Amino acid sequence: MDLLVIGVVLLIVVALVAAPLRRPGTMVEEDAERAELEAARDAKYREIRDAELDHRTGKLSEADWRAMDRSLRAEAVEILRRLDAL
Amino acid sequence: MLTAGQGCLILALGVCLYGIGASLYGARTGRREWVASGRRAVYALAGTAAVAFVILEAAFLRSDFSFALVTSHSSTTTPAFYRATAVWSSQEGSLLLWLLLLSLWSSLILFATRRRLREIAPYATAVLLGLGAFFAALLVFLESPFDHTAGPLPAEGVGLNPLLRHPSMMIHPPMLYSGYTLFAVPFAFAVGALVARRLNADWIRSTRPFTLGAWFFLGIGIVLGARWSYSELGWGGYWAWDPVENASLMPWLTGTAFLHSVMIQEKRGMLKVWNVSLVLATGVLAILGTFLVRSGILDSIHAFGASTLGVPFLTLIAVMIAGSIFLVASRAAELRSAHRLDSLLSREAIFLLNNLVLVLLCVAIWWGTFFPLIAEAVTGRRASIGPPWFDRFTVPLTLVLVLLSGIGPLIAWRRATAANLRRNFVAPLGVATAALAVALLLGAGSQPDALVMFVFAGFVVGGMGQELVRGVRARRVTAREPLPLAVVSLVRRNRRRYGGYTVHVGMALLFVGIAASSSFADERDVELVPGRSAEVGGYEVEYVRPTSELVAAPNGRLERIDFGAILRVSKDGSATTLRTERSFFPSSAPELGPVSRFFEGEATSEVGLDAGLREDVWMSVAPDTRRLGPRVAEGDRVFSGAAETLPARERDVLLAEALRGLVRSYTAEPPPATFRLLVSPMVTWIWLGAIVVFLGALIALWPSPRTVGRRVTAAYTARVGREARVPA
Amino acid sequence: MDPARKRTVRLVVALSVAVVLAAALVYTSFSASSEARSPSQLVDAAEPGKTYQLTGKVVAGYERRGTVTEFRVRDRAGNVSVPVRYEGVLPDPFRPEREVIVDVRKQGEVFVGEKDSLVTKCPSKFTAEET
Repeated sequence: MDLLVIGVVLLIVVALVAAPLRRPGTMVEEDAERAELEAARDAKYREIRDAELDHRTGKLSEADWRAMDRSLRAEAVEILRRLDAL
Repeated sequence: MLTAGQGCLILALGVCLYGIGASLYGARTGRREWVASGRRAVYALAGTAAVAFVILEAAFLRSDFSFALVTSHSSTTTPAFYRATAVWSSQEGSLLLWLLLLSLWSSLILFATRRRLREIAPYATAVLLGLGAFFAALLVFLESPFDHTAGPLPAEGVGLNPLLRHPSMMIHPPMLYSGYTLFAVPFAFAVGALVARRLNADWIRSTRPFTLGAWFFLGIGIVLGARWSYSELGWGGYWAWDPVENASLMPWLTGTAFLHSVMIQEKRGMLKVWNVSLVLATGVLAILGTFLVRSGILDSIHAFGASTLGVPFLTLIAVMIAGSIFLVASRAAELRSAHRLDSLLSREAIFLLNNLVLVLLCVAIWWGTFFPLIAEAVTGRRASIGPPWFDRFTVPLTLVLVLLSGIGPLIAWRRATAANLRRNFVAPLGVATAALAVALLLGAGSQPDALVMFVFAGFVVGGMGQELVRGVRARRVTAREPLPLAVVSLVRRNRRRYGGYTVHVGMALLFVGIAASSSFADERDVELVPGRSAEVGGYEVEYVRPTSELVAAPNGRLERIDFGAILRVSKDGSATTLRTERSFFPSSAPELGPVSRFFEGEATSEVGLDAGLREDVWMSVAPDTRRLGPRVAEGDRVFSGAAETLPARERDVLLAEALRGLVRSYTAEPPPATFRLLVSPMVTWIWLGAIVVFLGALIALWPSPRTVGRRVTAAYTARVGREARVPA
Repeated sequence: MDPARKRTVRLVVALSVAVVLAAALVYTSFSASSEARSPSQLVDAAEPGKTYQLTGKVVAGYERRGTVTEFRVRDRAGNVSVPVRYEGVLPDPFRPEREVIVDVRKQGEVFVGEKDSLVTKCPSKFTAEET
């Protein structure tokens, strides 16, 4: 009984682990560069939204916010440009 | 099934070793199929660990005494819930649970990132499997849960220690282990990112949910431990700066620091060295915490036996520390940050200060915890430090921390407008002043530490309230929603911000509870006879009458004897009745007499607690069982004399009679009993505050609905793109 | 002040704070600590009035009078024992042959325990060494 259990588990483990080795080259993976830029882009959008909320909740004056918003959007554009260039 | 379980563990070890090799080979040679195989080795580890765990659970549930572990930690009279959870009340079982949880979270993150983090994932896999191999090796070679019971199969097991027979105590370890093992994930990915030299935003984004989850579970584990200590043990405290308590707190502190400073890295690309060091330190501290509980190197109430595991764990920790330092030093170039702080008047600066305070707290606690070993190394003699020393450092640091958590929400990211900042302080300062007035009115002036905490907490709550009001107002201007809907959508769209604010409010409440209950508690240990009363905290407590009871286990056999007291607690005309008891569990030592064995085993307290928002009235009793000595000895004598000649059933009847007689005589002529009476203000605020903290964590953790995210992203891309074509 | 100088100033300030704090930690810990002693070490040389942290096992046959308990603590592996007088409620797991930690001060022939400093170690949850 015990040996049966061990045997079954062993078979499943081997099948699971060996499966990719029998068909190499079928991996579809994301480009690391793209993922990095997309993460940076999402973080930048979050910054833009945070700045807007900071302005609306009274932490930033109108002038300060406009300046920050402009520079953040410029940074975002840069990231989008690099994404497009990929 | 013992062999099956052991076989699964050996298989688990083998799978780990294979997976490490496969992942590293795949990473070095670029052959992705080996990386995939290595990832699947993690899934296989989870599977084999699960099978082993199920085998052990089944053995406990059906009380299979061929398992040495079941014999020593469970019995047929143990209720099913505690039989199921007794699995991790043992060294071996808890190591298996650790391995299982580690493999589950590792499988989860590797599955979620299977198409991403190409360069980092293989190394992270190797690290996670390395930890898995360590624990599997411990289980296979040193502490096997599948040892056969020595000698003939016993008919009954030793049973679960009565002190552990409480739901909190059973959930506490899985929560803590979940916290520790979840911290292994960001640790592994940080190592992977360092090795692969890919230290930008992506690895943080992918591991954040796990870091937050680890923080969440570890926090719950810590609070549950404190709550159990307060409501189940006879001393009435919730924190003792015990080494094992500190061991779980330290990674939680560095984890909190990391959760804050990582936001700075996301925004400004700064603090890479700091962040990666924090994550590595948290992982090391988590392993250190696991090690401290089991090693017995420090004197602690939780000293779960000096064991053979000390050396392996220390080796692992040394490897982790050395490896971390090497990696950070050799990757210094990639870790250089692109930017500087824009302004000291920014939320980033507050976060930096917060990090500093949290790390200082951790260092102080670490020093105090390991001081006995340090003193021994320096002076040759062990010396230890008590709670007053810890308080001296942690109290001021915590006050600063709470103040910072109140200032943070009022300051903008990057660079705040100074004039606006001054205006933003008005309302929170108002609430703080109100808190000061209330506190002084209630007589808190005598304890300046507590008073300052109340004021700061008022500031925090005021600031959060202001943020909520202004945020909702802003939302209603654009979206024209009714008030409740506006609140919900505001929070939904800004989960991190408002989840964080909620956590801060919860922490403020929690610290108010801690400050009030530690500064203004009134405690008395008194000896009373029925009819007498004592005074504590403005209450008069009268010992009305004793109680005594024989309590049977689910299978009908006698489980314990309860001796207790009914107390009447009155103040200003109103009164409540509290009941507190001491439960005496029999020892199974064969040489003890049948009656006296009940007073040589474990005793637990059933605390009498009247909890309220203003204060808790807490009592425990320690009946003097020595006075019962003569009656107990008599019972032993009478019973042993008769036992030889009687068949089993009549023997049991006679024993029951003897015990009932004992119990009756306790109520008829009660010996004086010692009581601990405690009136503790605002303890409930600690538990309520903790609930609010975890609610906030859930808000921050909850994934935003995918469609909203994509729509927002698309809209922004369009807007930003449009502007890109228009000259500035 | 140019940015580089500002950074140096901030670094110096931060390092100074760290050094001051480290010094405070070290100094206060050594002066506030109480030496850990076993009963045989206490019997050998105990200064009256100085607080020690006593660790050992409770000897069977202790006396309780009201809220005061008089018990003896012996070496973990040995028979040398010292008398301790402790006022207050005893911890739940307290019983003979259990390991305890208590802060004591020598007063005459007896060692008086400090309030709330008596800790009884939970019985070995992980019975690795025994049997």
